[in-house]
Formats: sequence, C-alpha cells, structure tokens
Amino acid sequence: MKVGAPPRLELVGVSKSFPGVRANDSVNLRVKPGEIHALLGENGAGKSTLVKMIYGILAPDEGQIVFDGAPTRISNPRAARRLGIGMVFQHFSLFEAMTVLENIALGLDARLSQRDLLAEFHRVLDAYRLKLDPRRIVSTLSVGERQRIEIVRALLLNPRLLIMDEPTSVLTPQEVEQLFETLRRLAASGCSILYISHKLHEIVALCDTATILRGGKVVGTADPKRENPRSMAEMMIGASLKEIAKPAERSFGPPKLETLDLSLPKPTEFGVALKGVTLCVRAGEIFGVAGVAGNGQNELLSALSGETPSAAESVILLGEGVGRLSVTERRELGLCAVPEERNGHAAVGEFSLTDNASLTGRNRMDFVSFGLINSGKATSYAAEVIGAFTVKATGPGALAGSLSGGNLQKFIMGREILQQPAALVVCQPTWGVDAGAAAAIHQAIVDLAARGSAVLVISQDLDELLTLSDTIAVINLGALSKPMTVGEVSIEEIGLLMGGVHGDPAGTAQMTEQLHAHPA
Amino acid sequence: MRIRLEKRLTPSRFMLVATPVASVLLTMALGAVIFELLGFDGPDAIYQTFITPIVAPYKWVDVLTKAAPLIIIALGLSLGNQAKIWNIGAEGQYVIGALAGAGVAFAMPQAAPGFVAVPAMIVAGIIGGMAWAAIPALLKTRFRVSEVLSTLMLVYVAMQVLNYLIGGPWKDPNGHNFPQTPPFSATQSLPNVIPGTVVPPGFVVAIALTLVFWVLASRSVYGFSVRTVGAAPSAARYGGFDAARTVWSTLMISGGMAGLAGILEAMSQLGQINLGFPSGYGFTAIIVSFLGRLHPVGVFLAGLILAVTYVGGQVAQTAVHVPEATAGIFQATMLFLILASDILVRYRLRLVRAAPRAATAGAPA
Repeated sequence: MKVGAPPRLELVGVSKSFPGVRANDSVNLRVKPGEIHALLGENGAGKSTLVKMIYGILAPDEGQIVFDGAPTRISNPRAARRLGIGMVFQHFSLFEAMTVLENIALGLDARLSQRDLLAEFHRVLDAYRLKLDPRRIVSTLSVGERQRIEIVRALLLNPRLLIMDEPTSVLTPQEVEQLFETLRRLAASGCSILYISHKLHEIVALCDTATILRGGKVVGTADPKRENPRSMAEMMIGASLKEIAKPAERSFGPPKLETLDLSLPKPTEFGVALKGVTLCVRAGEIFGVAGVAGNGQNELLSALSGETPSAAESVILLGEGVGRLSVTERRELGLCAVPEERNGHAAVGEFSLTDNASLTGRNRMDFVSFGLINSGKATSYAAEVIGAFTVKATGPGALAGSLSGGNLQKFIMGREILQQPAALVVCQPTWGVDAGAAAAIHQAIVDLAARGSAVLVISQDLDELLTLSDTIAVINLGALSKPMTVGEVSIEEIGLLMGGVHGDPAGTAQMTEQLHAHPA
Repeated sequence: MRIRLEKRLTPSRFMLVATPVASVLLTMALGAVIFELLGFDGPDAIYQTFITPIVAPYKWVDVLTKAAPLIIIALGLSLGNQAKIWNIGAEGQYVIGALAGAGVAFAMPQAAPGFVAVPAMIVAGIIGGMAWAAIPALLKTRFRVSEVLSTLMLVYVAMQVLNYLIGGPWKDPNGHNFPQTPPFSATQSLPNVIPGTVVPPGFVVAIALTLVFWVLASRSVYGFSVRTVGAAPSAARYGGFDAARTVWSTLMISGGMAGLAGILEAMSQLGQINLGFPSGYGFTAIIVSFLGRLHPVGVFLAGLILAVTYVGGQVAQTAVHVPEATAGIFQATMLFLILASDILVRYRLRLVRAAPRAATAGAPA
C-alpha cells in the first residue's frame, strides 16, 4: 500500500440523533484502500445507523464524510453507488418468483441490454470465482446463493468500498468460508470492505482492523490479529464477560416433550413442510436444534406451541398426545413457547407489560375468574417478571414497544419461565439481544433445566447451541437429523448437516412450467 | 422554519381524549365559516344545530330518542373495530332485525300478552341482525371476502327485502295502498317514553348496554382477545385466540346490536315498518364509534353529540333555513377531523429550523 494515499473513507465527528436516543456521537473512522475493516458492536451500538449514513439512506446531523480525500455529501443511495460505494444488506431485497438475472437487472441504476448484462455478470463471476446460474428462479436458491446475487449486484458497479451488514448470520460454516475467500480476493484487488458483525472469531479470521462502537461512540480500534477475542468482547460490552454456570455432572429424568414422526404440509407457498420430525427431550435436558434460517424452525415451533395443530400422537407432553390440543390447553398442561419474532408475535408492542403478561400467563398464573381478568394479579405478575429478570422498564404499565430488544426478550423469557413450565420451547432466544441480556437469558434457561424442565432451544447461532445444549440435532428442509451429544460432535459435522442438499437446481424448470401453465 | 412530525415514544393519552373534543369544536368553527360564506347566518346556524337541542327541554326527548339506536349500534361496531373487523353494514342489519321482529309479531296471535310478544319480538330482532351479519362472517372466514365490501353491499339487499315485504306480502290492507306494514298491536309495542319521564325505553337499554360493554371490553378475557386480534394477529394466535372465532363473534355481536336497535325503534317510535324506516343510523353509528374512540363510555357521549346534530339540523332548517343536508355535513366533517387528528396520538408536531443541524436540539441523549 502506497504511503500517503488518502484513506478510502474517513468519517470526522459524525453524529446522528433520533427522538430519545443519540445513535451516533462524534464518530471518527478511517478505512484504508484495500482494507477489510470491521465495525464491531452490540445491537443498538449504532453500527447500522453509521453505515446508513455512509450509504446515503440517512443524513448525518453533524460531521463530515470524506471519500478518497474529498469531502462529500451523500444524499441518497444512488449517489453513494455513483461514488463507488456498494452495500449488501442483512435482509435481501429479491423477488422470489423471478430469475437471478432479472433480479440483478432490476437493481441496477444503468439500463443495460440483456446481452451486455450477461457478459458483465460472467465477468464478475469469473473474476471472483463465484458460482451462480443466471437463469435460476430465486425461490429455488439457498440463502448463500441469494446472498451471492446481492454481492454480484454490488460488484457489477466495480465498487471502491463494499459494506457488508452482518453477512454471515444466515450462512452455514462452509458458506461462510466461501464468502471470506471472495472478500479476501476483492480486497486484494483494491476494494475496501467495511464488515459489520458482532461475531469475534469471524473478525479475527477476516479483518485487518476493527473499530469498536458502544452506545453510539467509538470506544477503541484494535488489530484483530493481535488482540484476543475476549478483550475485544469486553471492549464491545464495556464490562467483563460472565461465564454461564452449568452444573458439570448432569443426569436426565424421564422424557417430558417428544415428537413422533411429526409431519405437516407447507403452511404457505414459500413455507417449509415438516418431514417426520422425531425428537425426545428429557427432564433436565437442553436440546438444541441447529439450522440455517428458513428450514422449518418456525414451523416446528408452531407445531409444538399449538399454533398449528397436528396428529394427536405426533406431539407428546408428559406421555400424553397433545397434537390436537389448542395453544391454551397445551399451556395449561405445562408446555410453554417463545417464538422468534418478539414484536407482534411473542408480545404486542402497543400493549402494556401487564397485558403482555396476560397474553400467555392468564391461565397458568390464575388471573381469570368468571371470564374476567383480574388486573391486580396480572400487574403483580408483570412486576415479578420485571424484578426477577432485571427488565429495564418504567413498570408494569410500560408499553412493550417502548422496551429495547434485549429487555423485551428478558421480559418474554421471564414471563414463560416463571410459569414453571414442564417443557419450554424457545426459538432464537438471544436474537438481536445485547451480550449482557443474552448471558442472563442463557443462565435462566440453564437454571430452568436444572429445576427439571425439558428445554428445546431452536437457534441459528451455533455457538449459542454448543454452549447451552446437552444434545443437538440439525433441521434442514424440514427434516431433523439424529440427535448428537454435544462434546462428541464437531462443528464441521454439524455444518455439513446444515448445508445438506439445500437449494433445488431442478426447481427452476418445474416452476417455469407452472408459471406457463397458469399465466398470472 | 418547517413543521415536522415526530413519532412519540408512547401514544399520548391526552391526545386520545383531546382530539375528539377538538374535532367537535373545529367542526362548529368550520361550519360557521362555511354557512356564513354560503350566505346564511353562520353563528346562528351553529347555535341552532349544536346548542338549542341541549338548552331547550322540549328537544330532550328527541335527542335521547335519536341517541338510543346510535349508541346501541355503535357499541357493537366498536368491539369489531377493535379487532380491525369493519362492519359498515349495520344499516342493513338494523333493517333486517326490525323485519324479523315484525315477522314474529305478525305470525303470533294478536291477543298474545305483552310479556310474551315484546321479548319474542326483541329476540327475533337480535337474531335477524345476527343472521344478516352471518353472511359476511361466513364469506370472510371461508373465502376471505373483505367484510368491508360484503357488509356494505348487503345494506342494499336489505333495502330491497324491505321494499318487497312492505309492498307485497306484508302490505297493510287498510293502508290506502301505501307501502307499509299494518301497525303493531298494543301488546306488541313499547311506549315512546317511559311514562312520566323524557326517557325513551331504548335509551335505558343503551345505558345498560354501555355498562355491559364497558366490563366486556376492559375486563373480560373476550375483550382482551378482541384487542389482541386487532393489534397483532400472530400474537393473538400465540396467546391462544382464534382469529376466525373473533370474526364470527364480533360480527354476530355487532349484527345483533344493530338488529336490537332496529326492532326497538320499530316497536317504540313507529309502531310499524314503512319506507322511511331506514334512516341512516347504521351509518352514523360508524362516526359515533370512532368519535367515541371505540370506548363504551366515549361511544355513549359521542352518541349523544351526534343525536344533537340530528335534532339541531332540523331546528336550524326551520330557524335559519339551512338545507336539509346540514346535519349530514356536520357529521361527515366530524368524522374527517377525528380520523385526521388520529395522527396526533402517535406523533407530535415540532417546529424545526430548516438546517438539519437543528434536528439534534432538545433530543435527550
């Protein structure tokens, strides 16, 4: 790298406020040409706000953005792309029913002929040794392949700076390795990469420099190759990490929650069918279900919680077939669940915490008599949850939507755990939750199991499952692998099961036929 | 300087109550200006429309008579609106309820005693309204037909049913060929007002139902389930509340209430059913429901206000010679204003200087 070359991107004193929160506070950042620069921070640290300003989605309140040595004002994403800034978002914006090439054409500012576009497309694939069939229909692609579309779309613009927002959260370990190779090749060709993540081992493996954000401020810059992950983590959360206290010698009681050949059809066009899921969670056991997003995790949770009924004997609670029972009946028997989506599924944002306590606790905690809810009991239960799980809220009257993600998740977990369920099923218990709250939630899950409940944890975070679970299985395309004992199984093995034969190369031909048979 | 809308951290309770009041006051101010511009005495038109019915005791019976059906219907509609199930066909259910009650009256012996005839007709009225609302409920739960369309369209079908019955099979043989039913007998009728008071029997029912709905909406598991289905359908399913059952129950309740209002109106005010029976209460009740913020007590007060505009509209017609449409204009203005002012509950207005730098001023860190 030439000494004296201006940094590719420099932020000087950039600030941004929203009502009630200062998302970024005088942030300084310097990304050199060809550098892979990590932006590290917990959820809510201000990473997304910062990159949205760089990509022109938000305007900074104060401060200066300097690109290639020239101060610039980036008024919208199109202007950002013209400067040579590309971005790959965490959530893709793709049309499921269209082909790869059609999706790419839709996302381009310039109008290219089909032939020119195809030539450009293949140039990018060859240059970065990516594999992607331009004629495949998106709905038949795996998540890794879908992400590749977004990457190719960004690379077609020959970017000088590529922003990647939490790119690995949906990938299998093998797909992550492929992505890293592409990014290294891209950096070697001179493109700078701003890599957003909270996963420390990835940053150690990939990045040259790391800027750490906390509470909207830069709290440090580190060289990940020299720093150890633990010290970076402590910089990130601003406190020392707590270890989960898990009893070493654990023995399990009789089975409490089982499924037996649980099969369900697709709930919607793009949903996933469950195929003969069989599992058994014993008293005191934590059973982890790993898998890439969209492989039937939500369908499995709905089948267990009772939101989707199934054959009576396909879900067994304490030896009794409950597949036909309603959500309420299952809860009364001691089966509680926490779905992945906090807002609008596990909790109602515009309701008070008291009402949210009634949502699932009203029968088990005995709030109801003669069809009327005893609001005194509901309020004191909500207060109990707030106290026991150190939820930061103004009180039981606070609206659920006014809580931060981590605090709301603690409230929801606490609401279920204090009901002393015989079996608890949780999906993504620490998704988008800060490290402090995540540790508290993990400890609560371990403690619940220690008291003799059966706990099923569905998560995409393999690290989380390997820390928590006693037994682990992988869900892929709606089928569950054989259970494996944690400690005896390698990450590579689990990764291979997660990948499976994901995506369906034959699907495009079939879908094309269907589309022609039923013109829309 | 420009005005910016800023999302509130929590919805404003003050605005929740203040905006309906402001809507009524603003309607009066706008109305005064409009009628002044049209060449009428604007302030007097407002005085006659909004104030005379309240200060003139001889108008009280009229106000309470109009308020009763508005409140009864709007109580039912508010429950459905909380679940975001929009029954805008209460007018049709009101008509069919009255016809069902009348059918029972004509089928029973004229000599049947009042304590049999009156309850039988009321129950038939409720069932008639429910049956009419069952069609949209079935269409929605079975075929996902929007209840907004089906309930509204069934109003016009109900009108045709009414026209057919009073011009054909149920036509009064002694009615000089007017399209109307024979009068109900004495034992099949209710008095205009409870003797010795200015209170119509329907208004007593409205008071009682307000209390029932208040408990139902704010304290019961059922009311909670309705609110949850409206606020977050997935959360409702997770909490054990069935969306289809909520569609059915809210439409049955709002249909039943409309039918009840219809038969009470027929039994106590008209004593028969004629072409003038559908008077728009079912539509005006939608305004009552929103002006009352879907809360039973709010609905009760809003029903009184809208009844005042009905009665006052007629007063203003004779006193200031404003057109017949006056009351309707005021009612519509009120609905627009209340819906428009809803945004103030969730957002606040803030004056900011044009420079973006000012955006940080005052925001707590």
